[in-house]
Amino acid sequence: MTDQSKTIQQQIQNAFENKTACRIIGANSKQFLGNESNGETVSTKNHTGVISYDASELVMTVRSGTSLKEINDVLSANNQSLPFEPPGFSYDATIGGTIACNLSGPARPYTGAARDFVLGTRIINGKGEDCRFGGQVMKNVAGYDASRLMSGAYGTLGVILDVSLKVLPTAQTEVTIKIEQPVDVAIQTINQLSTKNLPISASCYFDKHLYIRLNSSEQNTLAVSKRICQQTSGVEIENSKEFWHSIREQEHEFFKTEKSIARISLPSTCNNINFDDEQLIEWGGALRWLKSDLDIATIRDQVQKLGGHAAAYKNFESHIEFFQPLDAGLKTLHQRLKQGFDPAGILNPGRLYKEL
Amino acid sequence: MTSIDTKQQLISAFCDFLPATAVLFKDEDLHPYECDGLSAYRQIPMIVVLPESINEVQRIIKICHQKNIPVIARGAGTGLSGGALPLADGVLLSLARFKEIINIDPLARTARVQPGVRNLAISEAVKEHGLYYAPDPSSQIACTIGGNVAENSGGVHCLKYGLTVHNILKLDIVTIDGELITIGSEALDSPGYDLLALMTGSEGMLGVIVEVTVKLLPIPEQAKVIMASFDDVFKAGNAVANIISAGIIPAGLEMMDKLAIKAAEDFIHAGYPLDAEAILLCELDGSSIEVNELIPLAEKVLQESGATETRLAKDDIERARFWQGRKSAFPAVGRMAPDYYCMDGTIPRRELANVLKRITDLSKEYDLPVANVFHAGDGNMHPLILYDANIEGELERTEEFGARILEACVEAGGTITGEHGVGMEKIDQMCVQFKSAELSQFHAIKNAFDPDGLLNPGKAVPTLHRCAELGAMHVHHGRLAHPELPRF
Ligand SMILES: Cc1cc2nc3c(=O)[nH]c(=O)nc-3n(C[C@H](O)[C@H](O)[C@H](O)COP(=O)(O)OP(=O)(O)OC[C@H]3O[C@@H](n4cnc5c(N)ncnc54)[C@H](O)[C@@H]3O)c2cc1C
Repeated sequence: MTDQSKTIQQQIQNAFENKTACRIIGANSKQFLGNESNGETVSTKNHTGVISYDASELVMTVRSGTSLKEINDVLSANNQSLPFEPPGFSYDATIGGTIACNLSGPARPYTGAARDFVLGTRIINGKGEDCRFGGQVMKNVAGYDASRLMSGAYGTLGVILDVSLKVLPTAQTEVTIKIEQPVDVAIQTINQLSTKNLPISASCYFDKHLYIRLNSSEQNTLAVSKRICQQTSGVEIENSKEFWHSIREQEHEFFKTEKSIARISLPSTCNNINFDDEQLIEWGGALRWLKSDLDIATIRDQVQKLGGHAAAYKNFESHIEFFQPLDAGLKTLHQRLKQGFDPAGILNPGRLYKEL
Repeated sequence: MTSIDTKQQLISAFCDFLPATAVLFKDEDLHPYECDGLSAYRQIPMIVVLPESINEVQRIIKICHQKNIPVIARGAGTGLSGGALPLADGVLLSLARFKEIINIDPLARTARVQPGVRNLAISEAVKEHGLYYAPDPSSQIACTIGGNVAENSGGVHCLKYGLTVHNILKLDIVTIDGELITIGSEALDSPGYDLLALMTGSEGMLGVIVEVTVKLLPIPEQAKVIMASFDDVFKAGNAVANIISAGIIPAGLEMMDKLAIKAAEDFIHAGYPLDAEAILLCELDGSSIEVNELIPLAEKVLQESGATETRLAKDDIERARFWQGRKSAFPAVGRMAPDYYCMDGTIPRRELANVLKRITDLSKEYDLPVANVFHAGDGNMHPLILYDANIEGELERTEEFGARILEACVEAGGTITGEHGVGMEKIDQMCVQFKSAELSQFHAIKNAFDPDGLLNPGKAVPTLHRCAELGAMHVHHGRLAHPELPRF
């Protein structure tokens, strides 16, 4: 447990004065996300430790270099967890990287995204200033929500030093049901079930089967599972935890490929997008992984018409913008915000968009 | 050019495309708009416009932008921090005529609504589909969804279901250039910065919200509420921590102190125990299996925490009555004195005993009674200071008392506002909560959206100059606020 705030601040102050680009990393496990960005390394890896945690407050404040593993261990000792079920993509992944990339796992549609649980952040902005936004309380509307803004900014607005997160109790029992259905029917099924008050905590469609995870008290979980199985001819699977781990960490066979994988975000009820290629669907229909030879522009055109967007997630050529380009109005706002936090343009330049 | 000329020019420019009934400029027509829910602050605007279409909003804003005229958006005007307070040389842009629920998609569990739709109207409209919109501010019969987004409003159910920011997907906003921009999407995320979060709670300072897509949730199969009485406020506070530590996340967990109980009981006859020092309302919802499992557990925790009585509402009618007492707490307290002043600090719950004690001491010091209503689950306090504005100096004393409560909240590791916003009211306390670098960063955000500072100027974020002047007047615990700034 060490506090590296001063060192990190000094590094950014120097970089600001010398106008040198910085490449901010934690465990460097998210390097494949976003565009390539070069610069002097600013590492949060040694800025570690749980600063405060009181289970009865449902709030944990940690330094950004703290590993997800350590956080999960501390929380599970109190029967609590990070409700957004973040993937690590590596055993030593840090919370800073997780928040900066706004990464959430299978529970996302049912409990919320990483950004939903951010209560406050302390950052070093591009001028090397130490700023705290939000706080350690559940409700806080003093000032603009600059703390949530850090979530998903990929380090382009500030180096996250500390973050306060809302945490929640972990449900007692978990069961996963597997139902054989054609994809369009499955999208219908999961959306329909989501209109009912059921303890659904994850869903996935792959290889003609819909998987639905339930999390609640033992009695409730079993009762609901039984009902759904009866209605849909579903069966409970044996290895629920391993299955969702493989989805969350993308260790599932689907992700083991040399082909390109696009990450497509869509309104959950969209029918199956008519690409012939192999897909894995998560988040109740709202997240679709597409393994395909199609070029990303074609995919983006089509999903944009459906109200979605696509990231060039894996195995695309490196010159391609990772995220779906913004339209003109939004782009201008992004550039001005970047200018406001990082006037010298030294924080992870280009990582989110080439012009940022 | 005199201001009279400006006013005339604006009126004729607006009347080019708005009907006469949508452009108000006579004193008697302007009066209803002189304040929001914080009536201690009043100002007659130069002009009020009541557009009905996005195109009209765009044209109004373009004209104001061109002529460098401030624009203040207004929903229902129930805000409690003077956020919608007009400016004498500004145009008040009322969104009251944007009342349409554009589309409900029951399968996707979303609704697209215009900004002037009342919060409760959404839940009423989607009820037939077994759905509802979760954030439920006590003002929900009147306040608008646009105002809710602008304030990031909460309600008694936010511990479990989140605030406005957790329950919206997409916004259409008109920028100060008059451009229409879509933020967020009907998918679960969007590329780029989280502008949805930035807009939420931005108090009309970054853009005018002209459409909102909200998330809807399935109505829980069952909800039950326990009312627990305590002979000591601190025991009630501990009971809250014990409930959470037991792994229970109630749908609502609210506390009221003796004075608030009395006020609500006199007003609503909710059946509250008048001899209690504090009550907790603890609502549990979910499937009937879940609720039936949780109720005895919660009752046990409450009793072990020293509750003198626990009462389970026997049916939905009694449950509604318990809640009505709580939701009417502000007007109820309002009946006990000519005026009341509602504070909104939030603290880590473990600090409750200390902060309540501090409030009690201050109440004696200022000789003004305080009723406490408290979103206990999430640490959001609403001390209501009772006063009489007709007594000379009493408003000033009340404001000073309020400011000191907020400072106590900041010292306890909390914040000056949990859900009512900074507005005009808490602008000076922002200097207590934030350092210069942080305030400058807020100004940089404002500047990114509104470089000329025309959208609701002077609210929410104080200038560094203002903080420095204030700091010179008010040295806090011997520490000078913003010492790096020159004194004026
Ligand atoms: C009795 C009572 C109880 C209350 N209880 C609660 C509660 O439980 N929880 C809670 O959070 N609040 C509560 N409030 C405060 C208030 O109701 C909320 O802040 C509400 O969201 C304000 O909505 P409104 O439509 O009245 O907005 P207004 O008061 O009209 O405006 C509020 C702010 O939003 C801006 N604004 C309004 N519409 C738009 C728009 N379309 N685009 C951009 N900016 C806009 C205004 O400029 C202003 O800054 C209560 C108020 C009262 C009087």
